[in-house]
Amino acid sequence: MIAAGASLLDRLAAIEEKGLVAIGEAADAATLESARVEYLGRNGQLADVMSRIGTVEAAARRDVGQRANAVKKVLRGALEERMKALESAAAAPVDGIDLTLPARGRWVGGVHPVTRVIDEICEIFAELGFTRVLGPEIESTWYNFTALNIPLDHPAADMMDTFYLDKDVVLRTHTSPVQARVMEAFRPPVRVVVPGLAYRRDSFDPSHAPAFEQIEGLAVDEGVDFVEFRAAIEHFVRHFFGPGTASRFRPSFYPFTEPSAEVDVSCAVCAGSGCSTCKRTGWITIMGSGMVDPAVFEAVGYDPERYTGYAFGMGPARIAMVRHGIPDMRLLYEGEMSFLQQFA
Amino acid sequence: MNISFNWIDELAGLRGELRDPRVLAQRLTMTAAAVEKVETVGEGLEGIVAARVIETRPHPNADRLTVCRVDRGSGEVLDVVCGAPVIAAGGVYPHVAPGGQLPAGFRIESRKIRGELSHGMLCSEAELELGRDKGGIMRLADGLEPGTPLAAALGLPDTRLTLDLNPNRVDLACHMGVAREVGWPPAPRDFGGPVWSPEWRDGESGASGAGVTVRIEDLNRCPRYMAAVIRGVRVGPSPAWLAGRLLAVGARPISNVVDATNYVLHEQNQPLHAFDLARLPGAVIRVRAAVAGEPLTTLDGQEHKLTPEQTVIADRDRAIAFAGVMGGLDTEVTSDTVDLLIECASFDPAGVRRTRTGAGLSTDASYRFERGIDVHAQERALARCVDLILATAGGEADLVGLRAGPAPAPVPPIEVRVSRVNQVLGFGLGGAEVLAALEPIGFEALPGADGGDAGDGSDAVDGSDAVGGDVGVAGGGGADGTGDVLRVSVPGWRTDVAREIDLVEEVARRVGYDAGAGQDRRFRPSAVPADPRVEQAARVREMLTGRGLLEARSLSFMPEDYRGNRAVVSVPNPLSAEESRLRSAMVPVLLRRLEHNYARGNRNVRLFELGTVFAYAGGPGSEGDAEGTGRFEESGRVGAIVTGARRPDHWSGPGLDFDLWDLKEIAASFAERLCGATLEPLEGADTAGTAATADAPESGAPLAGPWLSPGGFRAVKEGRVVGVAGAVDGASLDAPPWAAPAFGLEFDLAAVEGRTVPAYRKTSPFPAVRRDLSMTVPRGVPAADVERAAREATSDLLRDVQLFDVYSGEEIEGGRLGLAWTFRFRAPDRTLTDGDVESEMSALSAALEKRFDARIRRS
Repeated sequence: MIAAGASLLDRLAAIEEKGLVAIGEAADAATLESARVEYLGRNGQLADVMSRIGTVEAAARRDVGQRANAVKKVLRGALEERMKALESAAAAPVDGIDLTLPARGRWVGGVHPVTRVIDEICEIFAELGFTRVLGPEIESTWYNFTALNIPLDHPAADMMDTFYLDKDVVLRTHTSPVQARVMEAFRPPVRVVVPGLAYRRDSFDPSHAPAFEQIEGLAVDEGVDFVEFRAAIEHFVRHFFGPGTASRFRPSFYPFTEPSAEVDVSCAVCAGSGCSTCKRTGWITIMGSGMVDPAVFEAVGYDPERYTGYAFGMGPARIAMVRHGIPDMRLLYEGEMSFLQQFA
Repeated sequence: MNISFNWIDELAGLRGELRDPRVLAQRLTMTAAAVEKVETVGEGLEGIVAARVIETRPHPNADRLTVCRVDRGSGEVLDVVCGAPVIAAGGVYPHVAPGGQLPAGFRIESRKIRGELSHGMLCSEAELELGRDKGGIMRLADGLEPGTPLAAALGLPDTRLTLDLNPNRVDLACHMGVAREVGWPPAPRDFGGPVWSPEWRDGESGASGAGVTVRIEDLNRCPRYMAAVIRGVRVGPSPAWLAGRLLAVGARPISNVVDATNYVLHEQNQPLHAFDLARLPGAVIRVRAAVAGEPLTTLDGQEHKLTPEQTVIADRDRAIAFAGVMGGLDTEVTSDTVDLLIECASFDPAGVRRTRTGAGLSTDASYRFERGIDVHAQERALARCVDLILATAGGEADLVGLRAGPAPAPVPPIEVRVSRVNQVLGFGLGGAEVLAALEPIGFEALPGADGGDAGDGSDAVDGSDAVGGDVGVAGGGGADGTGDVLRVSVPGWRTDVAREIDLVEEVARRVGYDAGAGQDRRFRPSAVPADPRVEQAARVREMLTGRGLLEARSLSFMPEDYRGNRAVVSVPNPLSAEESRLRSAMVPVLLRRLEHNYARGNRNVRLFELGTVFAYAGGPGSEGDAEGTGRFEESGRVGAIVTGARRPDHWSGPGLDFDLWDLKEIAASFAERLCGATLEPLEGADTAGTAATADAPESGAPLAGPWLSPGGFRAVKEGRVVGVAGAVDGASLDAPPWAAPAFGLEFDLAAVEGRTVPAYRKTSPFPAVRRDLSMTVPRGVPAADVERAAREATSDLLRDVQLFDVYSGEEIEGGRLGLAWTFRFRAPDRTLTDGDVESEMSALSAALEKRFDARIRRS
């Protein structure tokens, strides 16, 4: 059967009219979608008309086709316009809603402030080629004392200061024994930073904890000298404490370094003029350090005539206290939510 | 360590900017020892003068008060009411006149005290802010002229520097030591006045003379003991200059004799002790090991029971002093003492340490002996002390001095290579610069190639400080510093310098730690690979912080039993019973933290911690047979607890609390994404009883503990349990009534894998087809099994399975459970047809019906 072109044109006119109404009145995205399916969908009304064009007398086909395309274009245009209108309506303030009401929150997790200090320190030394290694917390007196040139009758090896688990087994009193372990296991060049817990029989008070974090550093190679040591530490100080921070090296004593140095940085709180944080000195001591003592090289089987190096140790808990203005070390270890949340 | 600026100035003759105490402090800090504090001593003493008490009478109206008639040199005699117990007529005391004031600013006026008019006040050390002694009025030397201003007499005001000495630099504990660091020439110095120069009686282990006998019974404990005898002294207050020096360094003047020994200690570092010779039966001194149980009462009045590790000075009958630590009360010098024996000895450092720790004492003397004194300068120190006592207390020194024990060996010289100095320091120094750094502080260049001689140092009474030993050929080095090898003598006071590297440090600090600036050094890589545990820990932190948890850090100590959770490895010398064990698991530690939060009213707690747990090797509870560190096992763990609201409260409606399914998500993600492990239910009723053992890793501390309620999970990797998770048992937690259920998990950090790099899989541009399917299955059929079977029954077109409802109730036949699933199918290369999906779904349905007796609901 040959359909009349005129009746299809009528249908197209009706589709256009009803379609525009349906689209225009759609109040939400779902209604709009069903209007689209009804008129513009694969099995929709317009598609139905198009599928019949082939049955129209040849002379009218062109008109009907053009008209169908025109209607399609109009409806599509209206559809897009309505879609945009609905979207912006959804985003616009609605009468009667107070947009100053609080947002729906979510819990924010975070690492401990001491972890953050440890990571930053290790990352800065990573720029200088240091790798991060770890060691055991239960340690032999050999690694903890003897290999580090600390005789066992030295005050540092005293029962008063050390947790002995057994006659020759201690909870390490510093992370320095990892120096000896690393040097026994690897040949130079050695560049490591060693974060970890250390233990001393200090009672738990605002500035001491019987278990505390330490970061040990060690660099050994041919030709490593005091000048290089100082340059590395100064690089660290500038990057960790800020470019305006001054540092100074002054004589100190450790059995496993010589020359030994304590490193002070200018007090960030008072900029060197003296305050309670720096005990009115203008300086805050951040590390003990020095050139590795040849006796340590001998203990681990390195040739002290060939290799030189430097070592340093820092207390990240104390640095975190200075950095955040935390007055009591015990706060770091209480696990109190409102404390930890401040650093997340 | 307290140092008087005036004293240093007198010795070293400070010049230029070093005359400013703050500059001096800075110099010492940067080159020798940190100066902790710089403070003025003896300020505000204007108007306070020496006054002689002419007579005293009891206050008529008060038992404890005395009325003194006082001559303050102004011509008139004043009445002063005084509350101090002992005021001696004829004694001289500091007096502040009416109208004057104390250093603290307290103004003194004439006023009536219990009816007697008092004109001004006699002062104690504490009132003058010169010391801590509040007990009595400060007695001045009897010879001091009334009217003499107190400050001038005492040599005040002075500046006190408090040094934080490094343990190797005991030589800086005295004024001569500090003076050497800042410019005092190392050559000996004449202190003025006559010098006691005795005829020495020597002996390998004992000596007799001057009416006394000295015997050393253990030369290891006491290598040398010298003694001098002074007879006919008059014990009394020290002259003001001497008292002033001691006050300036924070010491308390006691009497002329005792103060003289203390003065030499602060001047030269040699501890000395004066005994009342009349109280030594037999006039014998024996240095010996203490006898177990032997009594000794020390100067401070403490009574001690001795042990054989302690060393004592004894007379014929009994112990009279702790060697190198403190004298005894019985033989101390009192105002009645006439004859003295002055001890100048050296004691073994470790022995002094044992003696004093056994006695619970720490003194100026023990501090120095433990760190090492200059055994070559003892004659000088003893002579100095004798001279001071003769000058301040009179009497006559016996011309015989005793010296028991072998003469100290000469200090061997050290060879230092200029090339080595530069290898270690990188300062690029020449030999002359090295010597220029060392010589001002007493190290002397010795001739190299052509030999030469140096003093043998055995009789260093005159203070020949540099005690060189044998001198030989030193590899081409010259005393002028032209060769590579320099041979230098070591002064006797530098007991810390014995090796070439020690001299390298001396050069470094003398040249300045900031030398050699502006040089470049190359980048050096490390041959040591990073520890994989670092990345494991980072991945764990990333995952758990991403889920809103906060990282806690706690100490590694636990009580033996914490609400049923036991810690195994004991600490033999714990700080307290609460800290007597090392933790065996992380969750119990976090439960303590949780309780702390409860105490603070925190209901919403989400914590995790990474740490080490400890066990005895050979399994839980065993103490193991291994020796040394092999007896112990430590492993890395992560624990977490969550409780309370799933999200912060919001006005839009009540929120939900964390439940088991939130925990399961964390545990499953941890297991699957971080460990490559499978999370599975713990065997139902079995858990409570056996979780701690059956689910332990192969060795070390068990993962689970009594805290884990039945109905939890475990993560299994390669047949090994690597983690547990579940609700916290109520018995393990002291929770307030308002607390929400708490959940915990604990994983073995070693199971966490390193980061992997995912390979890209093609995504499909073609639409997915969704089919929902409701079914009932017999109760007890695990949903996970149904899902697995559905996947097995279908091809890889099945991309996603989701359980969207679980229901039971009246409409379900008895003993069955309703499960509603959504299945999504998708092909990578085409749009799926209905036929494709239908064939998948019918295979799936058939399999479930057959395997689980599933009844599919057809709609």
